[in-house]
Amino acid sequence: MSAPVHPVVNAAGSAPAGGAAPLRWLRANLFASWPNALLTLAALWLLWRALPPFVDWAFLDAIWTAPDSKACRAAAGEGACWAFVAEKHRFILFGTYPYEEHWRPAVACVILVGLWAASGLRRLWNWRLVPLWAAGLAAVGVLMWGGVPGLPYVENERWGGLILTLLLTTFGLAIAFPLAILLALGRRSGMPVIQGLCVGFIELVRGVPLISLLFMASVMLPLFLPERVTIDKLLRAQIAMILFAAAYLAEVVRGGLQAIPRGQYEAADALGLSFWEKTLLVVLPQALRISIPPLVNTFIGFFKDTSLVLIIGLFDLLSTVKVSLTEPAWTGFGVEAYLFAALVYFVFCFAMSRYSQSLERELARADAGRRR
Amino acid sequence: MSARPMIELRKVSKRFGDFQALKAIDLEVAPGEKIVVCGPSGSGKSTMIRIVNGLERHDSGTVVVDGIELRDDLREIEAIRAEVGMVFQSFNLFPHLTVLQNLTLAPLWVRKMPRRQAEALAMELLERVKIPEQAGKYPGQLSGGQQQRVAIARALAMRPKAMLFDEPTSALDPEMIKEVLDVMVELAREGMTMVVVTHEMGFARTVADRVVFMDQGEIVEAAPPQEFFGAPQTDRARLFLSQILGH
Repeated sequence: MSAPVHPVVNAAGSAPAGGAAPLRWLRANLFASWPNALLTLAALWLLWRALPPFVDWAFLDAIWTAPDSKACRAAAGEGACWAFVAEKHRFILFGTYPYEEHWRPAVACVILVGLWAASGLRRLWNWRLVPLWAAGLAAVGVLMWGGVPGLPYVENERWGGLILTLLLTTFGLAIAFPLAILLALGRRSGMPVIQGLCVGFIELVRGVPLISLLFMASVMLPLFLPERVTIDKLLRAQIAMILFAAAYLAEVVRGGLQAIPRGQYEAADALGLSFWEKTLLVVLPQALRISIPPLVNTFIGFFKDTSLVLIIGLFDLLSTVKVSLTEPAWTGFGVEAYLFAALVYFVFCFAMSRYSQSLERELARADAGRRR
Repeated sequence: MSARPMIELRKVSKRFGDFQALKAIDLEVAPGEKIVVCGPSGSGKSTMIRIVNGLERHDSGTVVVDGIELRDDLREIEAIRAEVGMVFQSFNLFPHLTVLQNLTLAPLWVRKMPRRQAEALAMELLERVKIPEQAGKYPGQLSGGQQQRVAIARALAMRPKAMLFDEPTSALDPEMIKEVLDVMVELAREGMTMVVVTHEMGFARTVADRVVFMDQGEIVEAAPPQEFFGAPQTDRARLFLSQILGH
């Protein structure tokens, strides 16, 4: 920094002139006090120790392509073997889905992500989302199952990888969310039987780990069903996940409902609105809006929780990673494989989180515009 | 016009836990009549008018509104609510809807009115409460006085046969009270049946056919304003009047 900078910095409160800004920022944020400066230096030292070796391993010394695992084995411990991910990415993303039909789950993934993205646009928040979702989900179903001319039938035991994770999440949330709203309304209802059922369901489901629900669905449920009735494994897991998500989302929605002042209910009542008109037109639009941050938080958690289906033998993204490591030629590249899976999860979760933040800002701005 | 009262309360009682809010109240409101209800806080004024449109349930006695007896049947309660407008102390406008949407919501859904007609009606009512230019704004952008006028217009949009006001000016800054009272005086001139809980004694003098004075869950006096203000019959009413008019 040049000498004339200092007087400007020392003139507290005055606007920084040119080159002063970065220095001033450094001083305010990293070296404001002695402990602060020590922490900054400690953090820098750690970064200096950790970052270069990681960059060497992950990028500079990494092996990006290789015909087989021999090249990777030779470089073991020096650089990452991304060739493994390159080799196995189709299996990791689409599981055991027939190889030559991989474009179908790929398109299905795009449709599902597209549906979520469309639902995120505030100007599309109206009734048209309902047919859009119906059409999108139907298209995904046709693509995945096939059985129509041009698309050979693929039984859902062969579905796996990213598409299974997205499917479990999407169908799970799309069904759990309306169910959660009903449960939340039921929990606040004045009718003792309905209230009791809703409270009982929510507390029961929240009181057990998701894993036990999945085990129940996959192992115990068939025991209770008549011999000839079989529900397929994917559906059973999906139902367990829906119930789980619904119980958690119900509590989030209930929190939003509680924030609505009693006067809103009374004003709607006094106008002669029926219970459902009052709920759908007055209460829920306000309650859901307040609940957006915790809702997205729950969505993110649910997206990651889908990885637990691996314990009942479904091949979601994490399971396909695990399975791809079992091939003898490629054992031992777990770090690369799991980093790849983590990256995929991170991209989705980070996108949701960023979206939630931008939505909060946008709604806060809109709210400010609605006040004087 | 029949002599049937618009609102009729007979021996209506209400308790909240150990607190007896209303003790066997009798009150008849004729069509077109304007009643001002006053009394110290906790005297049961608000409870009484909230019972008239079913926001509170009475424990005993009968409530008949426009010939319909108010029972536990939700349909009947909704039918009565559609005929009786209510204005609250705290406005209770719907903050997520524009002023126009606040006004058209109930006509569209409860009255099944075509949208165009509902919007025309809403604009006409906004003219009447003198804020047509605010139609596209949200309640949070309006002053308290404007919000309360929107709330009155919202109640009127249902074309009610009677209007209930629960301390409509108590939450307002002093300079806004007049604009709301002006609208209410106008409404009274047009012949609306009104029951108004308020401490605005000037309003009571100009508009009321009868002033009902309540204390401790009972109607202590009910008389035309000249009589009530000129020669209150009971010590309780005299004390109350001296307290609110004394300064």
